Amino acid sequence: MSITVYVPRDAGALSLGAEAVAAKMAAEARQRDLDVAIVRNGSRGLYWLEPMVEVATADGRVAYGPVTPEQVASLFEADFLHGGSHPLALGPTEAIDYLKSQQRLTFARVGIIDPRSLDDYLAHGGYRGLGAALAMDAAAIVQTVTDSGLRGRGGAAFPAGIKWKTCLDATAAQKYIVCNADEGDSGTFSDRMIMEGDPFVLIEGMTIAGLAVGADHGYIYLRCEYPHAQRALEAAIASAEAAGYLGADVRGSGKAFRLEVRMAAGAYICGEETSLLESLEGKRGQVRFKPPLPAIEGLFGKPTVINNVITLATVPIILDQGAAYYRDYGVGRSRGTLPLQLAGNLKRPGLVERAFGLTLRELIEGYGGGTASGRPVRAVQVGGPLGAYIPASQLDTPIDYEAFVAIGGMLGHGGVVVFDDTVDMAAQARYAMEFCAIESCGKCTPCRIGSTRGVEVIDRIVAGDRAERERNEILLRDLCQTMLDGSLCALGGMAPFPVLSALEHFSEDFSGTAEKAAS
Amino acid sequence: MKRVANAASLPDLPEEVRAAVLDVTGRLKSLPGALLPVLHGVQEALGYVPEHAVPLIARELNLSRADVHGVISFYHFFRSKPPGQKVIYVCRAESCQAMGAATLEKHIKQRLGVDFHQTTANGAFTLEPVYCLGNCACSPAMMVDDELKGRLTPEGFDAWLAAETK
Repeated sequence: MSITVYVPRDAGALSLGAEAVAAKMAAEARQRDLDVAIVRNGSRGLYWLEPMVEVATADGRVAYGPVTPEQVASLFEADFLHGGSHPLALGPTEAIDYLKSQQRLTFARVGIIDPRSLDDYLAHGGYRGLGAALAMDAAAIVQTVTDSGLRGRGGAAFPAGIKWKTCLDATAAQKYIVCNADEGDSGTFSDRMIMEGDPFVLIEGMTIAGLAVGADHGYIYLRCEYPHAQRALEAAIASAEAAGYLGADVRGSGKAFRLEVRMAAGAYICGEETSLLESLEGKRGQVRFKPPLPAIEGLFGKPTVINNVITLATVPIILDQGAAYYRDYGVGRSRGTLPLQLAGNLKRPGLVERAFGLTLRELIEGYGGGTASGRPVRAVQVGGPLGAYIPASQLDTPIDYEAFVAIGGMLGHGGVVVFDDTVDMAAQARYAMEFCAIESCGKCTPCRIGSTRGVEVIDRIVAGDRAERERNEILLRDLCQTMLDGSLCALGGMAPFPVLSALEHFSEDFSGTAEKAAS
Repeated sequence: MKRVANAASLPDLPEEVRAAVLDVTGRLKSLPGALLPVLHGVQEALGYVPEHAVPLIARELNLSRADVHGVISFYHFFRSKPPGQKVIYVCRAESCQAMGAATLEKHIKQRLGVDFHQTTANGAFTLEPVYCLGNCACSPAMMVDDELKGRLTPEGFDAWLAAETK
């Protein structure tokens, strides 16, 4: 009987040589005349162990990693096909601490199934959410999503159900579902992992959204830095169409839903929902004024639900298991789970999906294992390039939308980037302004001009003497206030967060070079 | 409605550019919001979107030349000049910074003898910055021809370059 071996096709695993490992695996098996079926799964999210190879044994899946092509022959010699011992052996995959303690709802199938196989998806509980939704009326679907407490996982954390309700209540012959897959925040990769590792769950979530608000067409706006996700999504859409899960008559319901992938073109601002819609319409990605809300006047002027990948990919389990099941996870107004992405200087970077409420310290020290460099953690940026820098003294902050707002930060899309004590926080603050200047859409002045002036002011602080620093620090704070108050969207409106937090918690890094020379 | 500017005669175009543009617009122009897919198609076929192709693209999509030019210049991904044979995208974002991206960036620039947005003298490589490749758990990262490299060191880059140029 054929033995199944899993070698990830996840872009991260590929970046560490998974393709060569898979090729070597196949060649070795052929040479030894062994009947081995290689499945290219997504990543389990244990990236320090990638490429992580798994074997389906009689006692469940066992893992080996990180595997190099040179080590493949020795794995065969150790009879890894039957779970044989080897220096790379990690034991049963599900028993690995990092994984065992997680609460994987949205990521339930990622790394487990073959993302190109609809049958595998169905065998692991796929499309049960759609089945439930097809038996409900539109308002009931929306109510379920509202009751689940699901909030937008893209960063803004707006209640998904309210957005859907607004769109459902809008009267129009044409409505759209748009998936924001322009995952541009540094330190985030959960959207990519879902799209590569379980693309059908996103398709299912969008189909349910279509039924809920009466939309028959969906777009996935995907960043062009994600070619692997594009291939996975396009393959999955084709399979779903062929099997009647997408198309003119979804599962014989008489309701149509079609889906298209549209490629972005490298503009960070297009992750902002209104500029994304402009881009989908074939224009420069400039932010729109709100109101009107996209749910009322969105894509091509029609009512549009626009949600992040994780938000939409979480909808199927809510419909399948019920609103209460999801709502029972989490704390306060942050319900359910959040797929957190551990990145930067960490021993064990990866994907951790847990209910809201655990602390940043548990994530960084527990899961992450401290810094990769072995040096002390100095700063943590949560929520992407617009997120505040959090000092080591605030690591006990719980993962909760409101708790982060309370310390002047934001949870955003759940990216956690760790820096050790070699980081220069004035340089990080400067970079935040520089990034804003590069990526500003140019529509509003505080962001377009403010970011450039911000870079200049920080340069003067760092280069100047004490008097120059004090003068310019007042100017920088004033400039940040103008950007916070006067910007049209979150780019200019939040770029001051990393700057001000660096200034507040790491002011010693801003003492000018002239000042340091004098002291 | 045909716009007046587009009714004017179009500048002469090399045949391969004209054919590539018409092939792409022929397939995609009926899509709602077709301009980005069309520009992706043209860039995929030619490696860039030539400035002199703008009037033809505009005519085919019934847009003004300013609209098309404005979109090309807005997005970092679209280029108006031909790139080197391979485009190297090096991530400059925070996660990679935390893992030594600045040193790597300096090394790559020095090794290739170019700055960002420039092409090596032999036309082999164009170097571009990118702000996150979504490979943050394997920082620092770079991407060449849709192929991602993670945990890249200066030595790792040299080894890659040696394999590419041998």
